[in-house]
Amino acid sequence: MKHVIIIGGGIAGMQCACTLADRGIAATIIEKEADLGGKIRSWHVLFPTFTSADEVLSAARRRLAQAENVTIRTGCEATKLTPKRVTLSTGEELECDAVVIATGFTLFDARLKEEYGYGIYDNVVTSADLEHMFNKGEVRLSSGQAPRRIALLHCVGSRDEKVCQRHCSKVCCVTGVKQAIELKKMFPTADVFNFYMDIRMFGPGYEEMYREAQLAHNVHFVRGRISEVSPTIDNRLQIKAEDTLTGRPLKMGIDMLVLLVGMRSNDWNTSLEAECGLKCQPSGFMQPKDSFLGNVESNVEGIFYAGTVTAPKNIGESINEGTAAALAAAEWISK
Amino acid sequence: MINFGFSINKPRTIDIDRNNLRKSNEIMHEMPELQTCIGCGTCTATCTAGNLTEFNFRKVHTLVRRGEYQGAYVEMNKCMLCGKCRLLCPRGINTRGVVMLIKRKLGDF
Repeated sequence: MKHVIIIGGGIAGMQCACTLADRGIAATIIEKEADLGGKIRSWHVLFPTFTSADEVLSAARRRLAQAENVTIRTGCEATKLTPKRVTLSTGEELECDAVVIATGFTLFDARLKEEYGYGIYDNVVTSADLEHMFNKGEVRLSSGQAPRRIALLHCVGSRDEKVCQRHCSKVCCVTGVKQAIELKKMFPTADVFNFYMDIRMFGPGYEEMYREAQLAHNVHFVRGRISEVSPTIDNRLQIKAEDTLTGRPLKMGIDMLVLLVGMRSNDWNTSLEAECGLKCQPSGFMQPKDSFLGNVESNVEGIFYAGTVTAPKNIGESINEGTAAALAAAEWISK
Repeated sequence: MINFGFSINKPRTIDIDRNNLRKSNEIMHEMPELQTCIGCGTCTATCTAGNLTEFNFRKVHTLVRRGEYQGAYVEMNKCMLCGKCRLLCPRGINTRGVVMLIKRKLGDF
């Protein structure tokens, strides 16, 4: 029986394993965490439908549980790989007929943008922190009170030369609008302001959700990037920005600041380039063979990509790439 | 000429067809990074001069890029060259360099 090793057990890797199993090909998922699911495990509800992330993940888990010839190796990492062999952190070597890399992305570390005070001031949180709070069902200030005024800042660690992240992370805009709506549902009397540079609503239903945020939830949108955050004497936060549409500086006292952190490439990508002959893009994400005709293929025959290892993507796109990579690998093996 | 007792306002339109873009092109040529500005306003938000006067760095350099040079030199003189904007610009634009360049190129406007 032919055998494909999938590195990374996030949603793309899981989908890839299911598709391979359907085609009668054995799959092994190598996952460094103790559990499959990747980043989705931390999300609350998904844009633009507000579907529970758990619902999507449970469906993927159920499919995977029913699939035959799928081996799951959690708690171990791949250290070296060729199309025919993968070396694990345990020293073990696994033989295979093709490899799919579905290692995803790393969340931008908001502490690098020191002017926003993450890790310095209370009540400055990231979008990922906010998802955790939503999952716990409680969003509270460090004082235990409910926030009355909340600001969400777009493009933290995206489109930013100063932190070497030139690319757009694509999904933060829509996440910001989704989280603004969730906050308004939780605190109907609170003021929620989104500070943006461009609003990129690229997917179906996203623009409609943006309109919904303005129309039904009265979320305010200010076109300007926050330049700095400082604490106030009454333990709140003061933010400064330019309201670029009026051309005047703006300041505002807020209770909570949410930083919409971007996706950055994994550090491991550089070692893939150095040791496996694979190519990285200037952004650090892996370079697919072709942007149109070979999105899930690498420059090395027999090594394939799925999901956000090649660029920021949403969940639907990652799942599709899981399928596409499985089919491309199956075709290559049969040759 | 008969004085009818009223006048016509000068149009406010930025007329790209009429504006002479030569100086603007020269500025862009010397500092191509200025073209990468996404107009986020971080420079203006942090600008001390901009918080106390009408000075708006983002607006002035955008107008210059469109060929609207009138008053640009005088405006740029309000900049104290403290460089906070340069620390914050997400595009890594040498904003102080832009101020100096515009002043050098548009001294007679």
